[in-house]
Amino acid sequence: MPQRMMRRCVGLFAGLGAACALVVLLFAPATRAQGGEPRSFAIKGARIVPVSGPTIEHGTVVVVNGLIQAVGADVAIPPEAWVIDGKGLTVYPGLIDAMTDLGIVSAEAGPPQGGAGAGRGARRQIVPSEIAMGPEDRPGTTPWEIAANEIKPDDKRIETWRSAGFTATLSSPKGGIFPGQGSVIDLAGERAGEMVVKSPATLDIAFTPVGGFWSFPGSLMGVVAYVRQVFEDTKWYEQAEPVYAAHTKGLERPVYDRTERTIARALANKELVLIPGNNDIQIRRALRLIQEWNLRAAIYGAQQGYLTVAEMAAKKIPVLVNLRWPEAEKDADPDADVSLRELQFRDRAPSSPAALAKAGVKFAFYSGGINSPRDILKNAKKAIDAGLAQDVALRAFTMDAAEILGVDDRLGSIEPGKIANLVVADGDLFNEKTKIKNVFVDGQRFEIHEPERPKEPPKGNMTGKWTLNYTTPEGQESSTLDVTMGPDGTLSGTFTGRRGTSAISSAWLSGNTFHFTISITMGPAPTDVNFSGTFDGNSLKGNISVGGFSTEFTGTRPGGGMMAAAEN
Amino acid sequence: MKRALFAAIFALGVLAAPAARAQSGGVTLIKNATILTVTHGTIEHGSILIRNGKIAAVGKDLKAPDGATVIDASGQYVMPGIIDCHSHIAVDGDVNEGSISVSSMVNIADVLNPEDIDIYRDLAGGVTTANILHGSANAIGGQTIVIKLRWGKPASDLPFEGALPGIKFALGENPKRSNFTPPPGVPVRYPRTRMGVEETIREAFVEAKEYKTKWDDYNRPKAAGEQNLIPPRRDEKLEPLVEVLEGKRYVHAHCYVADEILMLLRVAKEFGFKVRTFQHVLEGYKVAEEIAKAGAGASTFSDWWAYKMEAYDAIPYNAALMTDRGVVVSINSDSGEEARHLNQEAAKSMHWGGLSYNDALKLVTLNPAIQLGIDKRVGSIDVGKDADLVIYNHDPLSVYAVAQKTIIDGQVYFDRERDIAQRAELEKEKKALLEKEKKSAAPAERKDEKKPNGANRPPKAVSF
Repeated sequence: MPQRMMRRCVGLFAGLGAACALVVLLFAPATRAQGGEPRSFAIKGARIVPVSGPTIEHGTVVVVNGLIQAVGADVAIPPEAWVIDGKGLTVYPGLIDAMTDLGIVSAEAGPPQGGAGAGRGARRQIVPSEIAMGPEDRPGTTPWEIAANEIKPDDKRIETWRSAGFTATLSSPKGGIFPGQGSVIDLAGERAGEMVVKSPATLDIAFTPVGGFWSFPGSLMGVVAYVRQVFEDTKWYEQAEPVYAAHTKGLERPVYDRTERTIARALANKELVLIPGNNDIQIRRALRLIQEWNLRAAIYGAQQGYLTVAEMAAKKIPVLVNLRWPEAEKDADPDADVSLRELQFRDRAPSSPAALAKAGVKFAFYSGGINSPRDILKNAKKAIDAGLAQDVALRAFTMDAAEILGVDDRLGSIEPGKIANLVVADGDLFNEKTKIKNVFVDGQRFEIHEPERPKEPPKGNMTGKWTLNYTTPEGQESSTLDVTMGPDGTLSGTFTGRRGTSAISSAWLSGNTFHFTISITMGPAPTDVNFSGTFDGNSLKGNISVGGFSTEFTGTRPGGGMMAAAEN
Repeated sequence: MKRALFAAIFALGVLAAPAARAQSGGVTLIKNATILTVTHGTIEHGSILIRNGKIAAVGKDLKAPDGATVIDASGQYVMPGIIDCHSHIAVDGDVNEGSISVSSMVNIADVLNPEDIDIYRDLAGGVTTANILHGSANAIGGQTIVIKLRWGKPASDLPFEGALPGIKFALGENPKRSNFTPPPGVPVRYPRTRMGVEETIREAFVEAKEYKTKWDDYNRPKAAGEQNLIPPRRDEKLEPLVEVLEGKRYVHAHCYVADEILMLLRVAKEFGFKVRTFQHVLEGYKVAEEIAKAGAGASTFSDWWAYKMEAYDAIPYNAALMTDRGVVVSINSDSGEEARHLNQEAAKSMHWGGLSYNDALKLVTLNPAIQLGIDKRVGSIDVGKDADLVIYNHDPLSVYAVAQKTIIDGQVYFDRERDIAQRAELEKEKKALLEKEKKSAAPAERKDEKKPNGANRPPKAVSF
């Protein structure tokens, strides 16, 4: 057991892991200190929001062996339980991010994007890897990829998400038209198998033309036609297979096709089919195709749902709402014309959840590519500001998400017998000042510490696109850093280098010093690369360190940087 | 000046609200207009009574019933709404599935975009109905659909009720990819010659016939009660070609040169289907009698040519010459820009070729309606037809004509006065939204920080 504990802590070392070691070594009662982590907890005297029932102002939650054993104002605490004083704390069900690729680390980074490392990407840009000459070539089709089989527990985002209160996600393979089947996973575990809650849970579809001009399908209508043909083929297989099985003698055998067999099984399993639809046109198209193809489906996107709620309610189709609200491009030309329609969309998108709720459409929230999980709640707050009741917002992250994903028998509320996924916070979840103190996943406690960083206010604004230049053993390299700075100096954004694009974390500017971390796959596991240095308003200068290696770098704004004058 | 105003409409049309004051099922009387009926001459100081979206009466002395909306069109002209037989507007995503030579499985109906601003701009040019075609990258292209330009309505409300769907064919340079070179690593797409285009079409119909036979061979014993049959697969590529063979789907064939027009007529005859229209058909004048004899229509340009080799042998007399030989001819746009002045494009045939005033009008009204099989519903001002009308301030065949109101099913979908009146309001809303965005995007300013005042504002690119 101690060995197991050590492994867990090493695996999670950055920040959090240290915390879990401390919890066990310093505070665990002596009777269990030798035995490892406790398996029973009682959070006593806390405000409890079970979601499935009314809020308990002063109550206790008992967690035993990974499950919720009891919850109420007055429940018995087992003698062996480790009691946590819940005074001033609120306990929520663990949050669910209803559509992600968490835990799925693509084997090959995408092609480098633009500018940096010129020449390398140029050759690859237009030619799809395989030329498809029709639906029979099954372009962009890998429905047999099941997320649960691909989960890498050391994906750094798992810890980041968990620290923000997310204890479960729907994780799906990505890329293509039929990228694969999604699995509901808990966000903790040493091995992928421990994390899986339900798999497969969903059959994912994207309407992305995968062929360019040269390979089928190269157009949106081509994709729709393709998906239609695949469902026709699946229907044919469902009809043909039993006839053949009963009469193998005398009937020509059906051709083996992995796609139609996999999809037939997914449909027979009653997996939820995920169909894209973000603006009103796409949502209406999705509604029509779901009916035409007779699918048990949910629509994902739904940011312009405020225009289509009536139709959505009439069809009783559940919805996954993308919380990455549309916004102006960071480096957009300030003089470029923007249509009124686009402006209205950006303004009104956060009002969609309120409209859906009012019309009685069931929905869950998902991060949709938000890089920093704290922004997920911040963006949900925008929906609340636009009229969404707070308890409905909470349901969208818990019970309603669980119901849509078909795991409400296990997740989504604080009820006896359910999986002990909990968030313990020092206030209201949607209040920006609230701090998450503890997160329980499968009954395992994680103490959350705010990452340490200097408190000085930022000097200047790092927002924008940066080109970073440095020398590695592989030679001269340059990468793109695309950041947005919050008023307190918190940075969020992406880093695009030779190994593709990744989100930055632990990122801040304080005074004139900055720091950010990226996680890249080097060898078998993701590795942290730390960037730190100084910012003088125009340029960046500092040090990159990864493992034992370190090198200097400089950063410039490709558009020229004359901003210092404006700031002082 | 007029031109500038007109341009302004197109710039701002994006903001205009759809048929806000439409009176569905209501009664409207247009009075004091010069009415160009197309089928029975011109009525001076005439009136049109519209009831439930249909033309209820046309004549000189019509009275407005109680509660009717009255449009006084004194000094103005009313003609049937313009029908564009070749359009690529209102499509979400690419209009070409260009990857393969037979892309009949794709369907424009799946990707209609009712919010394409070109719909509104077409309305401002008097267009009420358009035939939305797949592109011409393939010998056999995608399925096509006729729509009414009901701006502001969802995609499901656009299709022209009861109009037969079509399919796009293309001959010549585009389907043989004369002007495209694939990047390294991409195989050259068959066909690369005009002969190959013919062979591709024949091959597809051979397949379609075999496919139909397969289904017949399955359905017959099935109907006789035989069990344990495995049905053929549904083939989304071949289904629409079977519909062509069964006369349930129109063929609209993009073409230029005379010999390949004759080629397609021969192939159609061999396989037993009809070509409904030849599109562009710039050399149609050379084979007009053959086109007329086959019962095909021709939808061409007034004077647009020489943009590629196969478009060199064109003449502006094409529409008139084909009309003289008995072909049903229309003038189409093939472009969101051209569609805004199809009335003028039609007028050119009076100059080039001496078509009569009424025959010129027909090129963009009744004739395209016949070509699309919707002439019982639209294309002229007759009692019982859809009230799809456009009101011009001048004779529509003059260059001074500017559309004032465009009406579909009796509802006003474009109103020039309303458009102009709304502009300031919409500009204001836009400004307010931009301001709001700026405010929320800017990092919170600390109180002690001085904001530069207007006079010394730093250049835009620097501000945050």
